[in-house]
Amino acid sequence: MVVDTELTPTSYIQHHLQNLTMPVGEGTFFTLHMDTLITSVFMGLLMVLLFWLATRKATAGVPGKWQAFVEILLEFVDKQARDTYQGTSKLVTPIAITLFFWILLMNMMKFIPADFIAKPLELLGVNYWKPVPTADVNATLGMSISVFFLMLFFGLRGKGLGGFTRDFLTTPFGKWMLPFNLILNIVEWVSKPISLAMRLFGNMFGGEIVFLLIWVLGGAGLLGLLGGATFGLGWMIFHILVVPLQAFIFMMLSIVYLSLSEESH
Amino acid sequence: MNLNLTLIAQALAFASLIWLIATFIWPPLLRAIEERQQKIAEGLAAADRAKADLAAADERADAEIQTARAKASEILDRAHAQANQILEKAKADAIAEGSRQKALAENEVTAMVQSARQDLRAQLGSLAVLGAEKIVKREIDAAAHRALIEELAGEI
Repeated sequence: MVVDTELTPTSYIQHHLQNLTMPVGEGTFFTLHMDTLITSVFMGLLMVLLFWLATRKATAGVPGKWQAFVEILLEFVDKQARDTYQGTSKLVTPIAITLFFWILLMNMMKFIPADFIAKPLELLGVNYWKPVPTADVNATLGMSISVFFLMLFFGLRGKGLGGFTRDFLTTPFGKWMLPFNLILNIVEWVSKPISLAMRLFGNMFGGEIVFLLIWVLGGAGLLGLLGGATFGLGWMIFHILVVPLQAFIFMMLSIVYLSLSEESH
Repeated sequence: MNLNLTLIAQALAFASLIWLIATFIWPPLLRAIEERQQKIAEGLAAADRAKADLAAADERADAEIQTARAKASEILDRAHAQANQILEKAKADAIAEGSRQKALAENEVTAMVQSARQDLRAQLGSLAVLGAEKIVKREIDAAAHRALIEELAGEI
């Protein structure tokens, strides 16, 4: 793709919402969004690195400043997970930690104005770069589908195949309403990961569009620059709330779903 | 909204991150936290124990002081009693000695009185004889006077 010769607000926004794609096989499915992947993997590794710096020399004695900080963060998530999840799995806390802090870091890419990243990359010959991975539905669905499989795993582990199937067929209306139970449960199970993914994606994507609109305004003369700066500041302050909130919601709902799928009805 | 392989790549990245967190981050940190909790709990328990020990030691010391005080006062009482006893005895001894001395002196006095009286009696006899001789020199009835004088001497 080539950058449009004529720069209009529409083309600007569309340009910034375009992912950097790399085909890896036949068909439209076999392409990779390189920007999403690189940013998310980078953020994930950054998260692990930052935590590892604290836990590498984790001591039961007087903790260092960074260790104390990481302990506070992780204990906060751990407390949420334990309050919500009543089962026995030790994996829930790592899942919750990964979800919350990874999504938080990915969402935080929003705080960097889109062009600060896109322009230098354009000079390097990279034409498209969507900086926020969570504004890509593939990323959010990738996580929520993983959560879906974890739900299946937890359900099977907690109830066994028989118990899981029985619960799936006989609740919530009892065994005489089996078809309705089946339909309802399928809808419930499918809607959970989709709602999870769409909520995060919608929030981030919508926020991104509003940011781009503000940056368009910022390009419209001196008055526009002032207006863009003002609105940009406001929208960013708003996102200081939205970014951790969406990460928290994704984490909490995932734990709730895991907990629900494990316990018997 | 074009779904593609990114989704699966993302899922794989997610799984790897969970594995990293579950292996290298959370367990060591949790271990450190739990160890510290253990330590703090032990420290608090030790402090409680030390406090209890101190209270017990205080109590023991108090009891010790109490018994010591009781013993001391007992000793003091005994000493007082002994002193009194000694004093009593000394007093009694002194009284006995005094009365003995007094009796001795009295005996001596009576003995002296007795001897003096003897002397006096003897002297009085000769004096009476002398007086009688004087009287007799102007005698009227020597025999009659002698009877009188003897009667007189017998009265002494």
